Amino acid sequence: MTQAPALETIGLGKSFGALEVTRDVHLSLAPGARHALIGPNGAGKTTLVNLMSGALTPARGQVLLGGRDVTALSQAGRVKQGLARTYQINQLFRDLSVLENVVISVSERLGASWNLWRRASARAEVIDEAVEILGQLQLDDHILTPVRELPYGRQRLVEIAMTLAQRPSVLLLDEPAAGVPSAESHIILDVIAALPDHIAVLIIEHDMDIVFRFAEAITVLVAGGILAEGTPDEIAGDERVRAVYLGQGGDV
Amino acid sequence: MTHQADIARRYMVARENWHWGEALPWLAIVAAFFVFPDYLALGTQIIIAIIFALSLDLILGYAGIITLGHAAYFGAGAYATGMLSAHLGWSEPISALLFGGLVGGALGLVTGWILLRYHGLTLLMLTLATAILLQEGANAAEDWTGGFDGLVGISFQPLLGSFEFDLWGKTYFCYAVAVLLLCFLFARAVVHSAFGRSLAGIKGNVERMHGVGTPVHGRLVAIYTISAAMAGLAGGLFAESNAYVTLDVLSFSRSGTVLIMLVLGGTGRLYGAFVGTVAYMVLEDELAKLSPEFWEFGIGLLLVVVVLFFRRGLLGALEDARARMGGLK
Repeated sequence: MTQAPALETIGLGKSFGALEVTRDVHLSLAPGARHALIGPNGAGKTTLVNLMSGALTPARGQVLLGGRDVTALSQAGRVKQGLARTYQINQLFRDLSVLENVVISVSERLGASWNLWRRASARAEVIDEAVEILGQLQLDDHILTPVRELPYGRQRLVEIAMTLAQRPSVLLLDEPAAGVPSAESHIILDVIAALPDHIAVLIIEHDMDIVFRFAEAITVLVAGGILAEGTPDEIAGDERVRAVYLGQGGDV
Repeated sequence: MTHQADIARRYMVARENWHWGEALPWLAIVAAFFVFPDYLALGTQIIIAIIFALSLDLILGYAGIITLGHAAYFGAGAYATGMLSAHLGWSEPISALLFGGLVGGALGLVTGWILLRYHGLTLLMLTLATAILLQEGANAAEDWTGGFDGLVGISFQPLLGSFEFDLWGKTYFCYAVAVLLLCFLFARAVVHSAFGRSLAGIKGNVERMHGVGTPVHGRLVAIYTISAAMAGLAGGLFAESNAYVTLDVLSFSRSGTVLIMLVLGGTGRLYGAFVGTVAYMVLEDELAKLSPEFWEFGIGLLLVVVVLFFRRGLLGALEDARARMGGLK
């Protein structure tokens, strides 16, 4: 018996009006996978992530998490089942400190956030865990800084910290290095490379350096459908991919 | 424990600790009792309005729920407490007050469950419509509510069996202050709990809260219910202190006024309810003496100035001024 995929989509489809933004997507991530999703602008990559995470409801098809059908679950419900995501544009509590951002996430995972009585500070284990995660991401020196005052690259790390606080089994990274100056992008790359092995990671990224350094498998999305799938070498050598995505003469 | 964890814990504790400045409004209330013995009836109405504004702050200031229909819960509490006495002859004031809070909260739970599926302008219009529907309902249910003529025949025993409700309103004032204190302590505990911090998250970025697995709707309904119960308590106090309830308790102007009071004082800081309400009601009282016809002009002017130049309310302006003075030193 083989182990169920950590995340699987079966015939996933979505249309906005007449525009079919996701068409019949079959995608499977083994536990601990390092998978990249690439494709030209407008290929529907973020839409696909939204369908997987539950931010959007698919018109057709199913999303399975560890073999369980979670298509009917809300985004929050899927998070509880181990599916966490980052956002292409930071979705953080800008006026709160870095620490509090992560504390909110940890507290939610531990089910502490329904407590109306106990002071938020009384749960030392929540705070300690948040500090630990921030330490892993080398944000130690910024824990009390309001997020809005952090350099953008560091904010992207907080974005990742928020999801790690959910102890996910599947992590969807939507362009984690987007908007980060190239001088800083190595910080993000290091963090992604150091993610725990048991987490299956799907990364959407335009930066081909990151994709080819990180991914063990690549899926190419074009016009909402899967054009090609394979190892980095196969994708780099695929003529259709070169034509559609990388452009003629693109050197990979 | 690492050094960072130590810093983090201290920081989290510090933001919840009591600040000496928090004693000021309570000292002011005690002082008012002795300095203005002739104004205690007005004082009681101010305290009731503070409780009502505080209840609004819980949802508007802390959870970002915008409403123009909060009088629905104030009015429900007022009618519930009033009708208990007027129709059933129930005359024990504390239990009648709690009944008002219970009815306000129950209404908040039911309406909030539906209303909080919507946002922005839709939510604003629906809250407005809810209060109007309730007011029309109360108008139609004349046999129970007294309709347009108001609910009469409300009377209560002495408080705790021994404190007579006196002509000067001393007992009512102390009673109302006690209710305010309890409501405040409760509200303060809630906003500093993990639950309260999650509301800050919802207000700050609801998308992210979905992303960390928060049952956003349930969380909002919970705080809305708490807020509605508190508004119901304010309404119950109103019914007991006036011994008379009219349709005005459910009116749009009451929903609007409480919003103005809170915005004047500053939202999301608990004490904004105190400052805004006192500023509004004292000004209203003084301006009405000055010009019985045009007093609202002065209130309007103050609101324009505050909203244009002190967006965080009077308390926010005070904080900014203090920060500036600190910067000069």
